[in-house]
Amino acid sequence: MSFLRITSPHGHSPLSTTQVMQAVLLATLPGIAVLTWFFGPGTLLNIVFGGLLALAFEAMALRLRDRNPKPYLQDYSVLVTSTLLCIALPPYAPWWLIATGILSAVILGKHVFGGLGYNPFNPAMVGYVVLLISFPLQMSTWQAPRGLGEIPGVTESLTALFVPASYDGVTMATPLDILRQNKGLLLDDLFSNTPQFGQWAGVGWEWVNIAFLAGGAWLIYRGIFTWHAPIAMLLTLGLCAAIGFDSGSSESGGSPLFHWLSGATMFGAFFIVTDPVSGATSNRGRFVFGALVGVLLYLIRVAGNYPDALAFAVLILNFAAPFIDQYTRPVTYGHKPTKEEDQ
Amino acid sequence: MNSVFNIHGGIHPEEEKHLSNPGTVLDAGLPPSLVLPLSQHIGKPSSLLVEPGDQVLGGQLLADADGMVSVPLHAPTSGTVVAIEPRPVPHPSALNNLCLELACDGEDRWVASAGCEAWRAETPESLIGRIRTAGIAGMGGAGFPTAVKLMARDRLPLHTLIINGTECEPYITADDTLMQVDAVGIVEGAQILAYILGVEQILLAVEDNKPAALEAMQAAVKATDGSCEVMTFPTKYPSGGEKQLIEILTGQQVPAGGLPADLGIVCQNPGTAVAARDAICLGKPLTDRIVTLTGRALTRPGNYRTRLGTPIEYLLAIAGFDPSDNRRLIHGGPMMGFALESAAVPIVKTTNCILVPTEQELPTPPAAQACIRCGLCAEACPASLLPQQLYWYARAKDQEQLERHHLADCIECGACSWVCPSHIPLVQYYRAAKGMMRESKSEKIRSDRSRDRFEARQERLEQETLAREAQRAARRAAAEQKAAEGGADDPVAAAIARAKAKKDNASDKGADS
Repeated sequence: MSFLRITSPHGHSPLSTTQVMQAVLLATLPGIAVLTWFFGPGTLLNIVFGGLLALAFEAMALRLRDRNPKPYLQDYSVLVTSTLLCIALPPYAPWWLIATGILSAVILGKHVFGGLGYNPFNPAMVGYVVLLISFPLQMSTWQAPRGLGEIPGVTESLTALFVPASYDGVTMATPLDILRQNKGLLLDDLFSNTPQFGQWAGVGWEWVNIAFLAGGAWLIYRGIFTWHAPIAMLLTLGLCAAIGFDSGSSESGGSPLFHWLSGATMFGAFFIVTDPVSGATSNRGRFVFGALVGVLLYLIRVAGNYPDALAFAVLILNFAAPFIDQYTRPVTYGHKPTKEEDQ
Repeated sequence: MNSVFNIHGGIHPEEEKHLSNPGTVLDAGLPPSLVLPLSQHIGKPSSLLVEPGDQVLGGQLLADADGMVSVPLHAPTSGTVVAIEPRPVPHPSALNNLCLELACDGEDRWVASAGCEAWRAETPESLIGRIRTAGIAGMGGAGFPTAVKLMARDRLPLHTLIINGTECEPYITADDTLMQVDAVGIVEGAQILAYILGVEQILLAVEDNKPAALEAMQAAVKATDGSCEVMTFPTKYPSGGEKQLIEILTGQQVPAGGLPADLGIVCQNPGTAVAARDAICLGKPLTDRIVTLTGRALTRPGNYRTRLGTPIEYLLAIAGFDPSDNRRLIHGGPMMGFALESAAVPIVKTTNCILVPTEQELPTPPAAQACIRCGLCAEACPASLLPQQLYWYARAKDQEQLERHHLADCIECGACSWVCPSHIPLVQYYRAAKGMMRESKSEKIRSDRSRDRFEARQERLEQETLAREAQRAARRAAAEQKAAEGGADDPVAAAIARAKAKKDNASDKGADS
């Protein structure tokens, strides 16, 4: 009789990396649904087209790296990257924009560093920033939300994607843009005079953010990641907004609620800042990481030149993550100074 | 009841304790032969007192303790010593070790033994001696000689004895069973150990997933003087780790690199307490123990009273082993036990469980995926380490960082590997890294020693050269001085003078002729 020699432990929790990735994908659904409701099928189409491209690029990169693509494709990680990037891209973007973004994310963001687990930067944000710097016009053109403009149908969406020259959509400045460029109106007047503003933030955007918040809360409940990074980010963003609120004057940076429910805030807090690979590693480290992203996000939003600031804030903090790790290690058992030593 | 403290981390695997029906002790019977390794404990192997061919009785001393950290070995039944040779033993290394094979004669005749019921009349030293001669080593799994552990009383002020009935590993119910069937024996053993240690407080720790054991212990404690207290706390793996249990019960942490005794605490296993009681009150050496035979590949799992040296194959047959869907044989529990290659190894003093799962129950792990630094391991680590960082540094063989991240404080409980969604065998990396660090430490000691030797030799050679030079210089100086003192003594001058005289003589002769 001969038995297998395997080292302990012999049991295992039921959770696998594939399931973690699947859970993240599942949690994006409410946000995607609301995006689709307010802005039409563009985002959905981006995600499907981007996902197919991502799988192809991943398989190609793995072939080039002499790996068998099958087990790696089955971990769903590249679909998470492509889905997150495509959510961030403007709906009705042309095919080459999406292809460039996915290529940058999968190859530059992930495989040049050695694939899953080795990337120092968030791959989706790498793809996003490459596009934002290279094609600022296409990247800052957003479809007008339902109620303020006509929502394209499926045929028009396909035209926008594959024959971009013959597509003519209804675009509008986003509330974050309007606020940054506002120099004369009180915040209350801005809200009542501009159709893009809704109850608390932008029309549509406030619900998009609430939907991503719901998905993120479910992931925390499932134990996929901890609350530290997202909550810290929302806290510091809210704090900065409270300081810069300026009682709603024409110089105001917007209220905390406005910032929480605008642009990519909730999506970033729960789906980007929580990326474990490129973030800080301990819970304390994650708190610091998230908090600093929140501060940078506010500063770039209010004082920077870009429509939103999440990608830059996250990439800059990715640089800082190993440094944060150095200073936020938890105290190991038995290394606490005891009370007797204190006395 | 005192309040208990929470510890960082921990996991909740399926307990599976019901499988082995805790609370009932079955008899494993007498196998045809027993194989007794001479090293069933931490420390030096016992030194043999018998030869092949010797007839022995049950309880007879077969091998004596060799030095301080060692324990003696007794015959678990009567029979003939048939072989003394290296055999496979239950050890993670799967190496052979010196064993003694005893062919049982089936008569089970025993040497007469004398106990000492009035143990309070004896000195702690003489009781330690009795525990030592009974061959008791910690029965929870590590197998440290109990007598040596009790000698902590000489070095440090102690105040608390903890009887660790936590048994937090899934599947294992040996201690649970013992607490249910012999709570009185455990309490009496604990009192003896407390008397030896000179401590006033005894804490009996039972996890809250063992209500029957808890009830039995509480009933047994009621009959005592009040120094014993049963403490219970929520079930979580690895609450039964010595350091973790101390934090749960006292809120204190054992300082890194230190022992519980530094806090005035000594921990013992319930089985050890009963073995100590039997050794002192009945004069009975340690020759058997309760072993949990469990797993779904067994048709008759249960807790079996088993003689030391019983081959595992024999036990598997008794417990109804069905090999059709089994690939693993585990010595110990599913979290920290090690897989055996063969069932032809014996039960030893530290065997608390033999686990034979089906493939469906504990599947062979799939290939590891990449670490995504999700941090589930850091949340599970009871030592508050950062397993994901240790993993990187272990792979990079970065010893400096491994030390900074306190690799040495890893208790190898396996919680990190258990939660890892990428199925990375983290603990195995840490074991290997610890081995590497040990290796390079001893390498450093070796190279330091050779450097010292080399430097000493260089210095000696230098000294010798200097001494020789000094000698030469002295000789030269002496010769020069001599020359300066008496010019006549100068051999060169003398030779010249001699030659001159010869020449003068010759010219004189020429002038004559």
